[in-house]
Amino acid sequence: MGIANIIFLIALIAAVGAFAFQVRKIRRNILLGKDVDMSGNAGERFKIMARVALGQSKMVKRPLAGIMHVFIYVGFVIINLEVLEIIIDGIFGTHRIFSGMGLAYDALIASFEVLAVLVLLACIVFLARRYGGQIRRFEMKELFGWPKNDAYIILWVEVILMGAFLTMNAADLALQQKGSAHYTEAGSYPVSSFTAPLLAGMSESGLIALERGAWWAHILGILLFLNYLPISKHFHIILAFPNTYFTRLKPMGEFNNMEKVKKEVELMMDPNADPYAAPAEPESEGPQEKFGAKDVGDLSWKNLMDAYSCTECGRCTAECPANITGKLLSPRKIMMDTRDRLEEVGRNIDKHGKDYDDGKSLLGDYITEEELWACTTCNACVQACPVNINPLEIIVDLRRYLVMEESKSPTELNSMYTNVENNGAPWAFAQADRLKWAEED
Amino acid sequence: MSEQVKVPTMAEMLAASEVPEVLFWVGCAGSFDDRAKKITKALVKILHKASVKFAVLGTEESCSGDPAKRAGNEFLFQMQAMMNIQVLNGYEVKNIVTACPHCFNTLKNEYPELGGNYKVLHHTQFIRQLIDEGRLKPKGGQAFKGKRITFHDPCYLGRANSVFEAPRELLEKLDAELVEMKRCKSKGLCCGAGGAQMFKEAEKGNKEVNIERSEEALALKPQIIATGCPFCNTMMTDGVKNFNKEDETKVMDVAELIAQAEDL
Repeated sequence: MGIANIIFLIALIAAVGAFAFQVRKIRRNILLGKDVDMSGNAGERFKIMARVALGQSKMVKRPLAGIMHVFIYVGFVIINLEVLEIIIDGIFGTHRIFSGMGLAYDALIASFEVLAVLVLLACIVFLARRYGGQIRRFEMKELFGWPKNDAYIILWVEVILMGAFLTMNAADLALQQKGSAHYTEAGSYPVSSFTAPLLAGMSESGLIALERGAWWAHILGILLFLNYLPISKHFHIILAFPNTYFTRLKPMGEFNNMEKVKKEVELMMDPNADPYAAPAEPESEGPQEKFGAKDVGDLSWKNLMDAYSCTECGRCTAECPANITGKLLSPRKIMMDTRDRLEEVGRNIDKHGKDYDDGKSLLGDYITEEELWACTTCNACVQACPVNINPLEIIVDLRRYLVMEESKSPTELNSMYTNVENNGAPWAFAQADRLKWAEED
Repeated sequence: MSEQVKVPTMAEMLAASEVPEVLFWVGCAGSFDDRAKKITKALVKILHKASVKFAVLGTEESCSGDPAKRAGNEFLFQMQAMMNIQVLNGYEVKNIVTACPHCFNTLKNEYPELGGNYKVLHHTQFIRQLIDEGRLKPKGGQAFKGKRITFHDPCYLGRANSVFEAPRELLEKLDAELVEMKRCKSKGLCCGAGGAQMFKEAEKGNKEVNIERSEEALALKPQIIATGCPFCNTMMTDGVKNFNKEDETKVMDVAELIAQAEDL
């Protein structure tokens, strides 16, 4: 093992270790959410994951972005095979360790090259779409600042990584053609066979320096990028899979039942209940559970995983009837706020311990009542999300807190409740008149 | 209703020791809203024509709780639901048909966890079933021949419960020209009434949702905008009026179209 191999090994272990550390923190944050039972239905869940995450079925609903995304996605998955070879080479000082595979190796290298070009193309299209400023969902207020930069960083890093990869291959091929000692002829290079001749004028040592430089840039770039994921929206490349696996399987129209409310309503409606009975002993110690959600800890762990899975594409917001008509609500912002607040809560735990209260909450400090009351609960956002995120559940849980804990409904809705309570209809008609229509013509 | 068409209540049925094959859940809009009452009556005529033995709850029916649930008032929702379930279970109701997608969704999906288990169908599904069973034979007729009809998917029927085809199959029976909006079926745009918005002013924005949707529908220059929800009907009717197109384009429920084609 040479010094280069040792440096490589240290970089690899450090990068993987740091990544694991960051992922554990995200896992801890997600588990701050309330428990919901998502067990069972493994077969159906695998099917959804295979179709939506692996098969990108919802991405391609928008054809241009969909196809370009498929290029990057397939490129990412397949080129990772090459990364495996690079890691083995890096540790053991070998060169193109898989090249003994013969024809299969040719095919692999050829596909990596083609994919790398397609990834480059897709990144350039995506960058053009974002710099062009013509796509409304990329120009909205919630993206100003870090989210926009995040998107540009991701795309430019991918451009650099693919550039380094193709440079490495071109230099390698040029060296192979020169018959350089360490560079045995291996692989088939549909792209580099065009670019290698451009390097023909370089000396062997110059080419080796270029090849080594590109090799190191590529792999160190990947290791750094790996550690960028957890602080970026790009973490979706990992969470898309578990998040689609844990998709809610009920009809979209079915809102979850609140067991706690059920107990109280049953007691209220039970003619045999003793009105003077002492309140039952609380089942568990600790703070009283709220009705609805005020902060991220009141949401379910799935809601929180949703927030970390969001890559801020804005397809939800582009389909939202409230947003289309100029209201403040943006389902994407609901997800971004949830993640931002959860990260803040996580930092508080790191700094001040588990029970620290910073006096802030998701409702109020991040999401306003005006946003929540603009929602028509139409589920268009849920339908649009390419990784099956559900912004509506969060909106409804926050509304529940407003209504049941703070009695903060819009005035007209308070009248509606009163009508339902008194007349059994949301309008002020007498229940006794309910069958009047049958007497009319 | 006319003399020939009786609307029996569950109480009357029980008194006469009769069991209806289906309960018609009318809903608040269908009971009180002048426009929606016409849909209610059209459906009753269809049920009568197909000799369906049905009954309504009449004054024993109460709000399903949908607007309360969507607004976040789970207490009120569950009180309504449990009262209704007591009544429905008391009559041993098994089958329910309703012309309101909000009642449909709530009764079908949200009542089971509170002890109410029924087979609930939207009226477009029920009418299609009648046709499939040969109990109703639409003549197609001349009333709608060649007319342009577009269907506005109610969110709580379409996206929320994946019922996209039943209303369209009924429209196809009319021999009309069915044209689709770009945002249809699972991509259908809301009319703006859902989530208890029907009962409040819209939040501040630059356009009303029903105007956005009506604009899209009117761009197809249809003679009829068909829908399957009393609230969508109100929103779309208002939208069409906003563009002064009420003479050229009518907003109709699928049940009304079927009833009209049958000269009911």
